Order: sequence, then structure tokens, then C-alpha cells
Amino acid sequence: MSNIQTAPRSRRNTELLLLLLALVVGIGANMLVGLDQDRAFDSDFFTQGITLIVLVLVVHVVLRLRAKYADPVILPIVTALNGIGLAMIHRLDIATGDSAATRQLFWTGIAIGVVVAVIWLLRDHRVLRRFTYLSLIASAALLIFPLLPFVGMEVNGARIWVNLGFATFQPGEIAKITLAIFFAGYLSTNRDLILLAGRKIGPLQLPRWQDMGPMLAAWLVSIGVLVFQRDLGSSILFFGLFMAMIYVATSRVSWVIIGLLMIAVGGFVAFQLFPHVTNRINGWIKAFDPEVYNAIGGSHQIVQGLFGLASGALTGTGLGQGRPDLVTFANSDMIIAALGEELGLIGLSAIVMLYVLLVSRGIRAALGSRDAFGKLLATGLSFTLALQCFVVIGGVTRLIPLTGLTTPFLAAGGSSLLANWLIVALLLLISDAARRPTVTGPATESRPPGDRPRRRSKTDERNTGSTEVIQP
Amino acid sequence: MGELVVTALRFGFLILLWIMIISIVSALRRDLQIGKRNRTGSPSAREVRKNPDLAEAAPAPRAAPRRLVVTEGPLAGHSLELAASPILLGRAQEATLVLEDDYASGRHARLFPQGSRWFIEDLGSTNGTYLAENQLTRALPVDPGVPIRIGKTVIELRP
Repeated sequence: MSNIQTAPRSRRNTELLLLLLALVVGIGANMLVGLDQDRAFDSDFFTQGITLIVLVLVVHVVLRLRAKYADPVILPIVTALNGIGLAMIHRLDIATGDSAATRQLFWTGIAIGVVVAVIWLLRDHRVLRRFTYLSLIASAALLIFPLLPFVGMEVNGARIWVNLGFATFQPGEIAKITLAIFFAGYLSTNRDLILLAGRKIGPLQLPRWQDMGPMLAAWLVSIGVLVFQRDLGSSILFFGLFMAMIYVATSRVSWVIIGLLMIAVGGFVAFQLFPHVTNRINGWIKAFDPEVYNAIGGSHQIVQGLFGLASGALTGTGLGQGRPDLVTFANSDMIIAALGEELGLIGLSAIVMLYVLLVSRGIRAALGSRDAFGKLLATGLSFTLALQCFVVIGGVTRLIPLTGLTTPFLAAGGSSLLANWLIVALLLLISDAARRPTVTGPATESRPPGDRPRRRSKTDERNTGSTEVIQP
Repeated sequence: MGELVVTALRFGFLILLWIMIISIVSALRRDLQIGKRNRTGSPSAREVRKNPDLAEAAPAPRAAPRRLVVTEGPLAGHSLELAASPILLGRAQEATLVLEDDYASGRHARLFPQGSRWFIEDLGSTNGTYLAENQLTRALPVDPGVPIRIGKTVIELRP
């Protein structure tokens, strides 16, 4: 149990300063976008700028009131990323005549509304532990939802959308959070069981068969997502999330090895059986083959992205001066290529750096967190962000096959934005709980009965089967 | 708009991005610094002067606990040899020490070894776990002879 202590200080003023810098970055990017077309200060620019300022300042004030000790850099990092994303989407709108930036702004507003609600109402992440099994059911429901007739929609070959009437939504994005809650709750309770039992073969301690149950379930969910929704990215994300969390919970390498073997088997079978997976792999390995390049659903998109990155070189063409709109889905799947073209390697590595810092702050919150559930949840959520970045940026740069995950906070897409802001809200709450000063030492550890607000639900009592007792 | 201004702004933006990253990192330097002000062990005397909250009682010399003894409650008199593995306390059948105590939760608390000491951690129980009459809010080290109360049961570590 790491017990890292730093002097308690709320550091909200540091956050405010960094937040202002982040807003300058985001709004500055938006200003540069239209500068050489003399469209720098049109009405879109002002609406986007002012909305963004108001929204993040509201979050800042809510943090001051409700989660005083939350990590001071998470919000500025996310604000900068969201601002850069908005600017790039706005820039691509100018080129294509779309209005994706307005939709993105609308969803940013909704996402921040949800963040404020979560911070204000939830207050303590430990409440979520009660919903361990409920989150499992919720995850299953969210994943099955798009497969239902009438509500489900198929877009570009993947059946992961639902039609809400006024907008479309990808429930799978929320499922990654509910799955993280389930895994955190399950593993923090059953960790000892999984740890203790099992045979030892050489340096590896193998788990018992009955403890493999959840692992197999996670594997089946990933395969199910791959088969029925044809969504390779989410399938990798769910399985990676579970593997990371079980490794953190048990610190057993054997789980990782078993998991990697399962991925290898699943991946090989999928490559043989499913044409969409075969397509992706071919588009990755033989990207520059003219046959694959010209095929429908071939490597045209990824190769155009690579050309864009190449023409950006070290310093980029400058915002608004490249041709990122030549790439299909430049504002969602390929936004990294668009940013790489206009900001160059220097700008793109700055963006990657922002992600690295964000994930490291999440892991830091996990390290400082005092309860096992919080530790696992923070690790899982940070890892989700990290894995998304790896899968997307790796795909765009042709390190791994391109799959349909979204770049957190940058890419156009409401559900992804909402889900990632929710992750941020939970990380802020966990870091607040981790950094909040507790009185240490036996003399001050006690609280008189009834002093602490006890919010124990009925379900909790049913689960444990015990009656509430007055001070023993 | 002049070519020169556009180019200057273009590079200016890249510099701004990295200024942002450097400011974030320097805002975190207290956290990132290893060994000096942020440490995983006990705080220095100077830190304690500045923040009395960090002060912790000096650890008394202690013998390593070997046995877990139930001193009060339905199971009074039972004892358990401590091995190197964690111990789950609760009413659930898979618990290491199955408490027949109506006031204990299924998975109530766990005792685990870390270094040379044993720690107790509450697993989100309904009625809480008390270490020497103080309710646990986080994992705390348990010294031999200090009573741990779970519902009506009191257990102790003995050397």
C-alpha cells in the first residue's frame, strides 16, 4: 500500500492560471484557423470562444465549491485538448462547408453539464462501488442496445449507433465507464481469492478455473462486440481495460500472458473469418499496394493521412493552410493526421504530451487514493484514455491496423466527448478524495458516531445481509 | 495579412503549446520531485513543523505478529496462524475467518502483510471496522495487542 503524502493544499489558483493558458491555446488556435482567409473574427469564432470560456469556468467554480482538493492540471489539459479539437473541426468546416463545430460545441455543453452534475451530486466515488453488478447489467444493455431493430443504426459497416431522434449516440462509449466500475468493484472485493488460489508452474502462478470466469466473460464480450457490432476498436479497448485492471489488482504476470494468448487466438480467428478484420489488416500491411489503395474500404484513407503528416513535416503548414480536408473523416477518425499536417511533429508531440500528462495524473490519483476501489477505478479509467490514444494514433501512423476508436476530446463526436468528460469527472473526484487531507495518527482518526453523513442504501444492506447497528 | 505575421503566429502557436506543457509540468514539480519534498516515507522534521498534519507517532519497537486471536464475540477463543497471505474477515463462506456475527458484513475487512507489518482495511462494510475504538477510514497498520472490533467480535494480533 503506497501511502504518498504531500502537504495538503487545494491549488485551485494554480488551476485557474493554467486554465486561462489553456483557453488562450484553444481560442488562439481557433483564431489562427481563419486568419489568412480574413474569417478570424466571424460570429462562429465568438460563439465558440465565449461558450468554451463560460463552460470551463463553471466547472472550475464547481470544483472550488465541491471538490477543493482535486488535481489542478486535469481540467486545464482537457480544456486545451477540447479547444484544439474545436478549432480543427471549425477549420475543416470552413473547407467543407459543414457545421460539425456547432454540433461539437453543443455536445461539449452537454458533457460539461453532466460533469457538473456528477461532481455536485456524486461527491464521493466510493458510492459507485454499490453499483458493481448493476454496472455490469448496464454495460450489457448499452452494448446490446444498438443491435435492436428500429433504435439501432448501422453507419459505415459498424452497428454501434442508436438514433435518439434529434441526434445519434454510441452507447458503447458509456459502456467503457460502466465496465471499469464493474471491474473495479469486482476486483477490489475478490482480489484476495484470485490471488491466493491456483497452482504454480515455474515462475507463473496460474489462477483457478472458477476465477477465470470474469476473464472469459470479458473476452466473450470483446469477441461479441467484434462479431455483432463489427467494431474492432471497442473490442480491443474492452479487453485491454480488463487486462490492465486485473494486472493492477493482482500484480500477476500470468494474467497478462493468458490475456495476450487469448488476444492472439481471437485475433487470428477473426482475421480468418471476418472480412472486415481481414480488410483492416490488409490495409495496414499492404497500405501502399495500388490494389489495396484503390479498393473500396481499402487503405486510401490511411495513406492520405500519412501524406498529410509528411507534408506537415517538423513545424507544420500552419493552422488553416494545409489540405487536411482531403482525408476522409478528417474531423473524427483522422483528426490526428489533420493536426499533424498543420501543426507538424512539434505540435503533434505537444498534443501527445498533453495526453501523457493527463494519464499520468490519473495514475497519480490512483496511487494516492486510499481505497482499493478508487485505486482500481482511477487506473482503469486512465488506462482507457491511454489505450484510446494508442489505438488511434498508432492506427493513423500505421503502427497498428487502423480501427474505429475516437481520439479523446479532439475528434468530432458527441458520445465520445461525453464519455471522456465523464471519465475526467470521475478522475477529478478520485483525485480530490486522494489529496484531501485526512487526520492521521490514532488520536484523531476517530469520528464520533453520527458525525459523518452515512449514506448507506438499502441495496447495500441487502447484499451484506446485516442490520444497521448503533455504536458497538 | 502579411506573410511574415502569419508565419510568426504559426511558430508562436507552437511555442505557446509547449509553454503550456512546461507550465503544467512546473506546476507539478512538487509531485514529480523524488526524494526531497514529496516522499513515500515519513515526512522530514521541517515538513512536520510546517504542516503539523503530517506528523505521525514514532513507531514503537515491535515484535512481528504470529497469531490472530479472537478475544470477544461468538468465536472467542479461536486463533489463527498468520502466514504471508492476506486474511479476509467476514460472514461470507470464502472468508479466511468466517465470523458468525450478525453485525458483520459478508466481506467485512481484510488484514494484509506489507513489509514487516500487518495492515487492516475496511472493505466497505455496513457497520465499519474499529481499530482501538477508532473507525477505519483507510488501511492502517496493526500493532500486536491492539484490538480490532468488527460488530461484536474483537480480534487481536499476538506475537
